[in-house]
Amino acid sequence: MKKSVILGALTVAGLSAGAAAAGTLDDVKARGKLNCGVTTGLVGFAAPDANGEWKGFDVAVCRAIAAAVLNDPTAVEFVPTTGKTRFTALASGEIDVLARNTTWTFSRDVDLKFTFVGVNYYDGQGFMVPKALGVSSAKDLDGATVCIQTGTTTELNLADFFRANNISYEPVPIETNAEAQQQYLAGACDVYTTDASGLAATRATFEAPGDHVLLPEIISKEPLGPLVRHGDDEWGDVVRWTLNALITAEELGVTSANVNEMAANTGNPEVARLLGTEGTLGDMLGLDAEWSKRAIAAGGNYGEVFAKNIGEETPIGLARGLNAQWTDGGLIYSPPFR
Amino acid sequence: MSDTHAQTVAFVRETEIPEAAPPYAATGPVKWMRENLFATPANALLTVVAAYAIYLILAPTLPWILNGVWTANSLAECREILQGATGACFAVLTERWPQLLFGFKYPSELYWRPSLAFVLLFVAVAPVLFFDLPRKLLIFTGLFPFIAYYLIWGGTIFVPILALVGCLGGYAVYQRFVTGSFAAGFFGGIAAALLIWYIGGLLIPDGASENAMLTPVPSRDLGGFMLNMMLGVTCVSLSIPIGIALALGRQSSMPLIKVVCVVFIEFIRGVPLITLLFVASVMLSYFFPPESTVDLFLRVVIMITMFSAAYIAEVIRGGLAALPKGQYEAADSLGLDYPQAMRLIILPQALKISIPGIVNVAVGLFKDTVLVSVISMFDLLGMIRGPILASTEWNGVYWELLGFASLLFFVVCYGISQYSQWLERRLATDHR
Repeated sequence: MKKSVILGALTVAGLSAGAAAAGTLDDVKARGKLNCGVTTGLVGFAAPDANGEWKGFDVAVCRAIAAAVLNDPTAVEFVPTTGKTRFTALASGEIDVLARNTTWTFSRDVDLKFTFVGVNYYDGQGFMVPKALGVSSAKDLDGATVCIQTGTTTELNLADFFRANNISYEPVPIETNAEAQQQYLAGACDVYTTDASGLAATRATFEAPGDHVLLPEIISKEPLGPLVRHGDDEWGDVVRWTLNALITAEELGVTSANVNEMAANTGNPEVARLLGTEGTLGDMLGLDAEWSKRAIAAGGNYGEVFAKNIGEETPIGLARGLNAQWTDGGLIYSPPFR
Repeated sequence: MSDTHAQTVAFVRETEIPEAAPPYAATGPVKWMRENLFATPANALLTVVAAYAIYLILAPTLPWILNGVWTANSLAECREILQGATGACFAVLTERWPQLLFGFKYPSELYWRPSLAFVLLFVAVAPVLFFDLPRKLLIFTGLFPFIAYYLIWGGTIFVPILALVGCLGGYAVYQRFVTGSFAAGFFGGIAAALLIWYIGGLLIPDGASENAMLTPVPSRDLGGFMLNMMLGVTCVSLSIPIGIALALGRQSSMPLIKVVCVVFIEFIRGVPLITLLFVASVMLSYFFPPESTVDLFLRVVIMITMFSAAYIAEVIRGGLAALPKGQYEAADSLGLDYPQAMRLIILPQALKISIPGIVNVAVGLFKDTVLVSVISMFDLLGMIRGPILASTEWNGVYWELLGFASLLFFVVCYGISQYSQWLERRLATDHR
């Protein structure tokens, strides 16, 4: 312990002589890199590919922010975090933003002192059953054996749901998703329950995905979104409105392919404001006028990012569902750019 | 006499009977099987049952292994090739081979550097492990940590040189003062080394790393089995000397040193390793301002070293306690001072007794290095659980990857254990 303190003191002395207490936005600009916390690996949301390149739905948010702030979608230092280290990494300043499929809850927002800047994926707990079982609703699951990860909120949600519907079940406790997959396929349980996106991703790896169905009931609310530290609202605004820019871009039909063309000649004043040809929205954020144009060009608008990483064309095959634009009956809704 | 006898006997053999082969059932594999497998009815029954059990294990696994697919780009492609037949998808190993060994961020054009360091590792440890080799090779062993650091991390060459100079300076001071008092030499040496590092750190020009000959690689980019090997080798080699120092300190007659060592050992042994790792990765970042934290790899090395040093200290204390009191008195009566007595008489015997225990700790420590995957370092297990299983191509390949990981660990751990058995035979000086 003594040694580590000495070494620490030495390094502190050797490196930057006192980190300036500037805002995160200035820090990021000065550093020239965005430190973005992601998961150590979750199919479709964040994982490095064979070349070590990070890809995924959450990763796209990081890249959009880097493009908006630093004019370079690759200027991101991805800091992998586990469920246990993610909050301390953010609170200690090791990362600037956490985009790690983190559920927005009261206690995380208020007690842990983070600011959730928005929701980029509305998840919820669902059920997967073999088609052969002939079940079409979770309410028909009376007496079923259910594989469930212990010590998670899904366990509590499950108990609530079955009690509210006055039906019985037998839990098969398991530890990890990998174990659940094996148990479920071996027939140790009739039903596997966890977040719907996780179920879809798990099903995609089965030899015969068509033999299993996801039931329509979603029994919990899991709004996932990027978050920043309390107390730096300027930085929070940058992250919030970068996410909103992606969402608005989809609503207004701006894509990575046509963003330059739209910026040059659009008759729609909202598109003009979004892309910075009109108004001074970028200035207000402390960025230049073209920030959102770059964010959209980096990986496409919200819909493109969704389709590329987790949409129906990918092996994960998630439908938009709740994550459709509000104009299509979903919950994805951005405040206006005005 | 012989004549009469000759008349009474019809036939006398005059030559030796040629050697006949032993009966079929008393030689070769048949004999071996009769003696070892079917000696008694109960024995025979057990053999049959065991053979059946082996068959049950091999019947599904052999086709699975032999039928394995080695070239494919995703699990789906593997399944297409197999067409429903049993078979492993080893293609994940070939496709992600560099990632399993070096992690996913180590620049691929620099793989030769850790590989070279790995080869040099064997040259460096050989004289330590095998005493018959020329003692001059130990010079290379002493230089190896600095060479390996330079190869793996790259950057400016001043850093390893400075570290080396600091160590040499510390050693020189130790040599100078140890004749007066062991404590003065010991702490004086440490202080001198720290002083040299501090002054030298100020002398290294800013930005020396950017235009260095070897491209610098940050610790965050290390990963795969390389990380396990690095942690294992560094921590074992550091924790043995520290463990010896702690064990001696615990027996010291100086109350302050004794209390410090006892508190350290008892505290560290009472805390799970995973807790120490969390402290290293999470808590320490609260104490330092952002941007100026101690390197995560270094923090983890310190924590694992402290942990195993405490265990090794207790193992060695067992060895010290096993020595008859006469050995200590003999050393004193020869007029040896403390370092001489320890170095020449006590420790050689105590360490010999402690070998099995030290090896036990070393093997356990090496396997414990996979715990760093919990604090989001991408060691072999972290790579498998994180990036590889989370990629859309390979999600769902469990047996192949985890089997491969266990194979790698088994090879290393079995090697360590075989070496320790050889060492025990080699050092056996009693005539049993």
